[in-house]
Amino acid sequence: MDEWPKISDIANRVQSGELKPIDLVKKSIGIIDQKAEYRAVISSMEERAMHRATEIENRIGRGGNIGRLAGVPFIAKDNFLTLGGETTAASNILRGFRAPYQATVIERLEAEGAICIAKSNLDAFAHGSSTENSDWFTTKNPHDKSRVPGGSSGGSAAAVILNMVPFALGTDTGGSIRLPASFVGAVGVKPTYGLVSRSGVVAMASSTDVVGPLTTNVEDASLILDIIAGKDSMDSTTIEREESYLNTGDGLRGKRVGIISEYLNDGLDSGVRSVIDKAIDKIKSAGATISRVSLPNLPLSLASYYIICPAEVSSNLSRYDGQRFGYSHRDSNDLAESYELSREKGFGAEAKRRIMIGTYVLSSGYYDAYYKKAQLVRTKIINEFSEVFKNQDLLIGPTSPTVAFKIGDRVKDPLKMYLADMMTVGANMSGNPAMSIPAGNSNGLPVGLQLIGPMRGDRQMLAAAQSFEGLE
Amino acid sequence: MTPNVPATKTTYLPTIGIECHVQLNTKTKLFAAVGNDARGASPNTLISHICVGMPGALPVLNEKAVELAVGAAFALNSQPQAFSKFDRKHYFYPDLPKGYQITQYDQPIAKGGYVEIEIEGEKKKVGITRVHLEEDAGKTTHPEGMDFSLIDLNRAGTPLLEIVSEPEIYSPAEAKAYARELWLVMKYAQVTDGDLYHGHVRFDVNISVSDKPGMLGTRTEIKNLNSFRSVAGAVEYEIKRQAELLEKNEVIVQETRGWDEVKQKTTPQRQKEEAHDYRYMPEPDIPPLKLSASFISKVKEGLPELPSSIRESLSELQVDPKVIEDILDREELLDRVLEVKRITKSTEHTRRVLFQLLDDPDSLSIHVKDQIKVLEMISIGELSSTAAKAVLKERIKIEEDPRLIAERMNLLQISNESELEIMVREVLADNPTAVADVKKGEAKAVGFLVGQVMKKAQGKANPEITKRLIKKQLDV
Repeated sequence: MDEWPKISDIANRVQSGELKPIDLVKKSIGIIDQKAEYRAVISSMEERAMHRATEIENRIGRGGNIGRLAGVPFIAKDNFLTLGGETTAASNILRGFRAPYQATVIERLEAEGAICIAKSNLDAFAHGSSTENSDWFTTKNPHDKSRVPGGSSGGSAAAVILNMVPFALGTDTGGSIRLPASFVGAVGVKPTYGLVSRSGVVAMASSTDVVGPLTTNVEDASLILDIIAGKDSMDSTTIEREESYLNTGDGLRGKRVGIISEYLNDGLDSGVRSVIDKAIDKIKSAGATISRVSLPNLPLSLASYYIICPAEVSSNLSRYDGQRFGYSHRDSNDLAESYELSREKGFGAEAKRRIMIGTYVLSSGYYDAYYKKAQLVRTKIINEFSEVFKNQDLLIGPTSPTVAFKIGDRVKDPLKMYLADMMTVGANMSGNPAMSIPAGNSNGLPVGLQLIGPMRGDRQMLAAAQSFEGLE
Repeated sequence: MTPNVPATKTTYLPTIGIECHVQLNTKTKLFAAVGNDARGASPNTLISHICVGMPGALPVLNEKAVELAVGAAFALNSQPQAFSKFDRKHYFYPDLPKGYQITQYDQPIAKGGYVEIEIEGEKKKVGITRVHLEEDAGKTTHPEGMDFSLIDLNRAGTPLLEIVSEPEIYSPAEAKAYARELWLVMKYAQVTDGDLYHGHVRFDVNISVSDKPGMLGTRTEIKNLNSFRSVAGAVEYEIKRQAELLEKNEVIVQETRGWDEVKQKTTPQRQKEEAHDYRYMPEPDIPPLKLSASFISKVKEGLPELPSSIRESLSELQVDPKVIEDILDREELLDRVLEVKRITKSTEHTRRVLFQLLDDPDSLSIHVKDQIKVLEMISIGELSSTAAKAVLKERIKIEEDPRLIAERMNLLQISNESELEIMVREVLADNPTAVADVKKGEAKAVGFLVGQVMKKAQGKANPEITKRLIKKQLDV
């Protein structure tokens, strides 16, 4: 069987000598090769992985204690800087870029014995909801090859469901972990903003970028979060962590769960709606108190997100000028032309679109009308969430208004593509923890239930998710 | 205050504002744990992934820089802000790796304040608008005759304090005095090493002239001046240039100009094709800076002594204020003066050592105990000031007790009255004409007689005592 045991189980068996890290790496690479047609992976880190596996094996041979992820293979989205391979963020402008340092998250996982096997596909610079904006190729949905896996962490989500690895890393700026989790039927966690370090992660929109795990079950996701969470001296926006994110009890019984009215609107697909309704019934019968809640300004999240996000994107992408790393256009007459051609050839259509929108909304004379207003809306959304959480322990709703859409369906209409994020961006604007968990199927395609927790309430959100996971 | 009046028919009043960039003397850069002192370092050796603007690199604020900025604020009588934030200022240039500079736009770390200057004995306060923290860019050089430029990012990310004055400066002399006083205050506040040569303090001067009081003309900005002389020179030149243009009914272009030190004139710098839009935006990678009242007051308490208070404490020496300014310019000499003052608590010693150090700065190498020994020998009449100079010179060369040096060099004065009295008697007896002159009231003759005693004593007679003894003998 291709399926992986629980992560803690793998680590225990590696530590005891029952499983060999090298065999796990080989198994992982074997499945990646076997499922290559899904195009989940951009590049392999086989050499470094084998080296690390040997090293871990030797340490175990000497009686060493490896850690909670001993020998566990994983895949990182290609916007995490890693040693031993390229980091491209699926963008042409980072073609051939070999990072001189690693993301803090990678360091923390490696310190517990995990082994990074490969880098997964994404929409270039994480700009998108389907992986179709990747400058390399589009990843296919494991349940239907004609459909997208969601994005931008589509490669990581697909890799987990295709059993390539027990867990994968993603980033979530407007829904990029939760949407693909929903589309492929994985567990995807977007922690509270600042709970996980962004150091060494190619920035998209710094004020909403969050790192999180994609797994097949909540227990594994909690373990990974427990390892990567916490303050990092390399990222000043990181916050203090809770002592543990591992679950210890019923997360639903006696809890107050609010259904977000604004997410159950006319735009919601009826198949998705019925899966969500069933999920609500299950949560109710598990002993939670269900009520309807309203966050009137939540529907404005998407509009304000598509001002703030491009503004930060336009700024964060300024450093890609073709002079110091990645792609550089060689045949230029002067510096200005080198900038122009490197950026013209190096950036895809979506990056350019966001740079132009972002530059526009930050321009003098437009700043107040767009950026400043969007920030005001953002403040309102933050206040509404904190107001609602005075009376609720958890909010729920669909992760996406639809199931996975067809490849090519939305590429010509960026606005339609942006709408895929309408139910996820709210938690990015406010910073609240949120996750997607499989809730059932509609026409054979997975539907994700979204859970949103109070600020820093990651642990109680995960506990609720794990209880839900166990419901029949 | 008399404004500078150029040689034109109309009187044009200049208005000047100065922006000053002060390099903070932190060990590491503003947002990266990399060495900050680029003097003498090979290009691109003081860099990290943060300075180079690598993907995924995040700035981490240097707390020491914040402390220095707050100290600077107090030194400038400015108000440190409990809440300030950082912003991104965008433009493309190869020595700006991230494509933006991290600075403080609308909420700087300190607001208000003033610097007090003195022009021809008159004191004046020049207002400070704001003080903010920002990072420096790298350095671009264009090798002569080459088709490439070189980028050195050692300086990229160096912490700077930008101090913006109010447009309350009205002459080249005021501009120069402001620049110097600001430099002095920042140096004494130990915010910067003040190395002007390496551009650790640089000035951008905004100048306009107008013939209508209360109305401002079109201004030009002269950037990157790194000496007080060039500040004065640039202001003077620019006032004249602008006044002459107006006189000819020509238009002053709002532009950035450079100062040509050799030709002593300002020249237009490359004209920008369009106005810059820096697209300021809050820096999302750095949380807003919140300073506690206890942090702010701790910095205030730890502030070193500033020039104004040093001037006040040295005023009891009653020396020409210019001498005080000279010693303020040389902090290491001043430190010795203050040390002597502290140890001896003697105005006389302090005044004397001040002049000794200015006269021969090398005497700083002498241990302060020996320096004081020499001062004491002067004050009890064992050494003349000329002899003291020779003793100090010798002491710089040789590690030896100053008294032993004086003895060995035969420089000790004869202050013993009975010994001197014998010599005085002899001289008076040998010079009846001069004695008669003295008795007639010719003061000059006393000097002659003192000279004669000195001759007899081979130059070692204490002149003061000798004079007194002569007068006593002749009963005048």
